[in-house]
Amino acid sequence: MKAHRKKKLSIILFIAVGLSTAIGLSLYALSNNIDLFFTPTQVAAGEVTPGQRIRVGGMVKEGSVEHNQDELEVSFVATDYSHDVQVFYSGILPDLFREGQGIVAEGMLSPEGVFRASRVLAKHDENYMSSEVRSALESAGVDVDAMPAGAY
Amino acid sequence: MIPELGNFSLILAFSLSILLGVFPMIGASRQNQLWMGLARPLTAGVFVFLSISLAILAYSFVTDDFSVQFVANHSNSMLPLRYKLTAVWGGHEGSFLFWTWMLGGWMLAVAIFSKSMPTEFVARVLSIMGLICVGYTLFMLATSNPFDRALPLSPADGADLNAALQDFAFIVHPPSLYMGYVGFSVVFAFAIAALISGRLDAAWARWCRPWANAAWAILTLGLSLGSWWAYYELGWGGWWAWDPVENPPLITWLLGAAMIHSLAATEKRGVFKSWTVLLAIMAFASSLLGTFITRSGLLTSVHAFASDPTRGVYILGFLGLIIGGSLLLYAIRAPILKSEFGFGGWSREVFLLANNLILVVASAAILLGTLYPMVYQAVTGGDLISVGPPYFNTIFLPLMGILVLLLGIGPVARWKKTSKAYLFKQLSKVAIAAVVVGVALPVMLTLGVPVTTIIVTVLACWILFSLLRDIQSKIANKPDVWSGLKSLPVSYWGMQLAHFGFVMIMTGGCLTSIYSVERSVLLSPGESAELGRYTFVFEGTEDVQGPNFIADEASIQVLRDGEYLRHLYPQKQLYTASNTPATHMGIDGRFFRDLFVTLGDARNQGAWSMTLYIKPFVRWVWIGSIFVAFGGILAVTDKRYRRFKVRQVQRAAPVTNTSAQPVVEG
Repeated sequence: MKAHRKKKLSIILFIAVGLSTAIGLSLYALSNNIDLFFTPTQVAAGEVTPGQRIRVGGMVKEGSVEHNQDELEVSFVATDYSHDVQVFYSGILPDLFREGQGIVAEGMLSPEGVFRASRVLAKHDENYMSSEVRSALESAGVDVDAMPAGAY
Repeated sequence: MIPELGNFSLILAFSLSILLGVFPMIGASRQNQLWMGLARPLTAGVFVFLSISLAILAYSFVTDDFSVQFVANHSNSMLPLRYKLTAVWGGHEGSFLFWTWMLGGWMLAVAIFSKSMPTEFVARVLSIMGLICVGYTLFMLATSNPFDRALPLSPADGADLNAALQDFAFIVHPPSLYMGYVGFSVVFAFAIAALISGRLDAAWARWCRPWANAAWAILTLGLSLGSWWAYYELGWGGWWAWDPVENPPLITWLLGAAMIHSLAATEKRGVFKSWTVLLAIMAFASSLLGTFITRSGLLTSVHAFASDPTRGVYILGFLGLIIGGSLLLYAIRAPILKSEFGFGGWSREVFLLANNLILVVASAAILLGTLYPMVYQAVTGGDLISVGPPYFNTIFLPLMGILVLLLGIGPVARWKKTSKAYLFKQLSKVAIAAVVVGVALPVMLTLGVPVTTIIVTVLACWILFSLLRDIQSKIANKPDVWSGLKSLPVSYWGMQLAHFGFVMIMTGGCLTSIYSVERSVLLSPGESAELGRYTFVFEGTEDVQGPNFIADEASIQVLRDGEYLRHLYPQKQLYTASNTPATHMGIDGRFFRDLFVTLGDARNQGAWSMTLYIKPFVRWVWIGSIFVAFGGILAVTDKRYRRFKVRQVQRAAPVTNTSAQPVVEG
């Protein structure tokens, strides 16, 4: 009986130590790998540290998409209808990337205030607006629910 | 009129599942044979009416009945017939009906393949599944009825099925994923029935195992089909993104894997009983959580359905009820599930325990990363964050490394007690061979010392060799190799096959992330781009007309070391009804590498932006998961689940009494 107890105890200790190490490591990894989300208004207000990996969400401003004709480079303006952020990206834009559509760009802000995206996300259901873009627009005072369905 | 019949049939299924959830359960506790006997016919009734409902929804799609809101939103008269049929699960309402129908299918399967189990037990299991079915059907009727009409202003034509879903993988991915997902409710029902009756013995584990294996194997297929679909349809060149909607099925998969290993120990040695039950509850809860995350729209993801807060609230309530209820039951009843306790430090039980610990920790870490943005937002009051793939990789990969290390020893170790000398004798040569081959191969092939690759190949060789060594020692005392191999039980082959597949997934996944290269270029017709040993010559585009889309098709000549290899034809499509663009990848898939071209957008003078990828070993991920799934299915077909059943029931009878005794006393 005693040997059993001892074995049980050692197994429980083993599990406890394993679990707490794992949780500790998870939290440590988590603290290093979260990307904060900013709205164009926050970017304009200078809340972003240049060089930090962040996400910016907004609508692609009508008429702002410029394809460089000689290079892969694309630039567009992400807006929450009160402030704009100029985004540069060299890569293939997602299928649902369109003017007037909500997108989330992942990347870094340069010290000059230009956002260089490493990834651009658009939803594959055009009736669906990402909660990030929605809250960006709402915090800028846009009545999201009043917008026509096709607009986001 | 026809859609109303579908709705009516859904209501009938709902009513029958209420009866199923109540009468057999009460009958089982009162030993009322008549009420217990209702379980099977009621189950059949629920399944029949769910089937009628589903068939009518499919009929509405085929006949282009756009007065049905769901059909109008997800179909179009130009849509090819096969996609009209699969559009049934192309949106929230229909996919939930499909999901519930799958539950009905599993219930029917339990009703049919449970002849050897006691009536009382079957009645409880079916009754619990009936209650789950009540929850699902009520959810549909209350918040997301697929038969809702758009009257009197019904549209002349439908909005068309999402372009990314018009694809072969989408025909097979959701059914297999749902079927696996829903299959865990069978195991959950078994666990709850065991808690209620206080009966959890080797016989219980033996009844439970085939169902757990089947659900898990099918979920494996569903997950890997989803990954394959994302790879060749979404066109970002990856096969796993740690997306908030990909994660919950993976959590369920990991918990399911832990559960089938723990069940093995419960069946063979009568240990880890309450732990197995807890895992069954957790696996089912995680499948519900996955449903909640996908359908509430709380997390940003490529998969998210158009959201409606009432749905989220409903599912959250259901989730709380199920988890709260079953954990309460567990807390009250688990102490009576006495486990045997007698195994040494190096026994197989200990290795299975380590396996369980690692898998559960891995799923907890993934869960943390998935839910963290939601929690963070709630706590900080609106700050939005996202947790990137680096987090998941830092946690998941080392854990899997340890798992694979132990995977080499576990199957070789014996139940109850293994001497260290025996393990050393069995595995020392294996370890040396694994290190030698695992180091030599990458060094010879790359003429360098790629450390991460060496770790991967050493681990892969370790499993492969230890697996072969185990087979060799199992057949050592047989007269010849062939009769030895034939004498090994089917479930043993299932296990080894699944382990082999798992290592193949791991190797393929790691090597492809180490060696994949990509390059985004802007090419005019006639221009070419080099990547690795390959040259891609862009020959220009031409217009192509599909059934419901128009496309630009690029023609790209691929040269390897200057010699012609083949042409690739990626397309940029525009689905006319919904005005949605989509990309069709150009892929050359081989066993050792994929070439992958995706088109971007057109620029001046016929120039196109495009991304070129070389992805070595990426196919191993999917081939490996086929092995894993096949191994799981193979284990289900093992004769002993049928052969021993009758004997087991007879022998189990006295065991039931002893294990149920504390209930009587308490």
